[in-house]
Amino acid sequence: MTAQEIFEKLRTEAGDAVIECVVQPSYDPFIRIAPQAVFDICHSLRDDELLAFDYLMSLSATDLGDDLGVVYHLYSTKWKHKLVVKTQVPKDNPVVPSVERIWRSADWHEREAFDLLGVRFDGHHNLIRILLPYDWEGHPLRKDYRTPETYHGMKV
Amino acid sequence: MGLLNKLDDPYEGGGIVLGKVEELLNWGRSKSDWYLHFGLACCAIEFMAMNASHFDFMRFGTIPRTSPRQADFIMITGTVTFKMADRIKILYEQMAEPKYVISVGSCSNSGGPYWEHGYHVLKGIDQIIPVDVYIPGCPPRPEAFEEGMILLQKKISRQAIFNKRKRLGTE
Amino acid sequence: MSEKKKIDIEYSQLDSERMRINVGPQHPSTHGVLRLEVEVDGEIVTDVVPHLGYLHRSFEKHCEYMTYPQIIPYIDRMDYISAMNNEWPYVMALEKMLDVKVPEKVEYLRVIVAELNRIANHQIAVATFGLDAGAFTPFLFYFRDREYIIWILEKLSGARLLYNYFRVGGVAGDVYPTFKEECHDVIAKVRKTNAEVMNLLIHNNIFIKRTAGVGILTPDVAINYGCSGPVLRGSGMAHDLRRDEPYSIYDRFDFDIPVGKGEVGVVGDCWNRNMVRMHEMEQSCRIIEQALEQMPMEGDVTAAIPKRIKLPKGEIYSRAENPKGELGFYIVSNGTDKPERLKARGPSFVNLSVIPEISKGYMFADLILILGSIDIVLGEVDR
Repeated sequence: MTAQEIFEKLRTEAGDAVIECVVQPSYDPFIRIAPQAVFDICHSLRDDELLAFDYLMSLSATDLGDDLGVVYHLYSTKWKHKLVVKTQVPKDNPVVPSVERIWRSADWHEREAFDLLGVRFDGHHNLIRILLPYDWEGHPLRKDYRTPETYHGMKV
Repeated sequence: MGLLNKLDDPYEGGGIVLGKVEELLNWGRSKSDWYLHFGLACCAIEFMAMNASHFDFMRFGTIPRTSPRQADFIMITGTVTFKMADRIKILYEQMAEPKYVISVGSCSNSGGPYWEHGYHVLKGIDQIIPVDVYIPGCPPRPEAFEEGMILLQKKISRQAIFNKRKRLGTE
Repeated sequence: MSEKKKIDIEYSQLDSERMRINVGPQHPSTHGVLRLEVEVDGEIVTDVVPHLGYLHRSFEKHCEYMTYPQIIPYIDRMDYISAMNNEWPYVMALEKMLDVKVPEKVEYLRVIVAELNRIANHQIAVATFGLDAGAFTPFLFYFRDREYIIWILEKLSGARLLYNYFRVGGVAGDVYPTFKEECHDVIAKVRKTNAEVMNLLIHNNIFIKRTAGVGILTPDVAINYGCSGPVLRGSGMAHDLRRDEPYSIYDRFDFDIPVGKGEVGVVGDCWNRNMVRMHEMEQSCRIIEQALEQMPMEGDVTAAIPKRIKLPKGEIYSRAENPKGELGFYIVSNGTDKPERLKARGPSFVNLSVIPEISKGYMFADLILILGSIDIVLGEVDR
């Protein structure tokens, strides 16, 4: 199925939570959804017979200036089709429902997104830092991040 | 073979070697160094190749140890991050004197390619422990490992043991 | 007459105390600087908590400051055992965005160096897996043979380990006159050693007793965890991007996708994962032979591209089959010569997350083997 067909199918099921489908040159076609509906939509994306997106290729967070974006790259090993799902949340309250219970691979990806960009995933069982030390301050991949002067007495 | 060269000495009959005790001790020390391999990143793979068939690191008399208490020198191969730096310090402090450090690769020498924007990379292992030999390269070739080892052996064989202020002449 | 007192103790009351053991970060068999916090009940592993980040070198932050061609050396340093394969999806993404057509000769050259590097990677994987099981000889055999592959790659690119060979629209160096003969020589050597190791290690009774039936990963769990590469294929799923989504010119070659069949042990155990790697080396040899036959020796090795590479505004997710699995790059471009965001999806990172799932209930010594059979590189896990 193409992204447009999936978008129309999701639109009839989930309504306005599925915002738009963008197909334009030099972009992979993607579907933008509302952040509060992420879990339900992802659940139907995985369990629907015709969609069967059982493989989460990648989950990345991006800094969009005022907002933080979360991008899901999905793949179906059954139908061999791909889909990009995007959502975005404001920077002062970056809470996205966790999809860890749908795809277990999201567990570490979400921890990494929390570690480097500070997106909080609601419903994650163990949302702690994964790459940086547990007592590190700040989220380094944000554009406004300032590198600290020292860490444990060592010059950065 | 510094000491054996003295076997053809003026004392007829042979079998008598005249030399300093320090030289004898240093000769033994420098030719049988046991090391703690602290493999961190890419350089560790080159060091594995160095240990294997073609280059055979053990011909320098080195034996890999997994415990710092049995090691004469520590070989730090790879990028040192802040999360790791504390552990390296602990391991170094556990080693028995006399102890030496070889820093392998640009990353552990100075931060290497991660020098400028590496918010989590220690810019040189010499910020936390003293280094005796630096081996440059990213990663160094096995030949560079060999030279680094020879340099360390030279350094050990010149060290004074009894009168610490004096440095022994070159062999 | 006193009745003999019967001692009645339930087995559950004899339960020994649980202990937490720390493995790593400096440990000879964690394949790098991984730290595992293991909870054991006697000898049985009851819980594993991996702690990562001891080699977090801020790769993604660097990419935001570097121009597109400058990023390639950093990508080498992610998965430093198979650098050629790493560069490929990144370069492919840029070529797709810039709409560059790569010369025919370059495509063949890329396939050959990538498959040579795949062999070198699997040689290290099997060799170190053998070391974990206590076999030292395959290590020496494979490192001897790996050196011949490295010499070829060194003659092409100038480096032994981190090649920086792929360029946008081409490769850095042309082939040298004796290239084809040397490749054929190496393939013969690889096949000979593989046959030896097959007898010496893979079908060795001790090795089978240690690895068969240990760390069983079922295909549906593997998919849900996002596993790929030999870990997924060892579970019986024939998922290979070279076949499912043929990139470059992989549709021109005739090769099989080895999967775990369970000749020994159970499908999805350590032995089968390792066996997939052995078969993949043979398939890589086949691909190289075909590529060497079809490759044109004349022609240029770089396409015409602008000197200053500027990507149009957009996004791309590009993936390719690394020796360890699916390596993906998600590039967000803002129209300048530096990326806005570059996220790398490393196969080791995702494959490692399955460790707590498949190692519970096995002996502590088996945990080391399970870790070895997944074949991780910490540079890619932590980036």
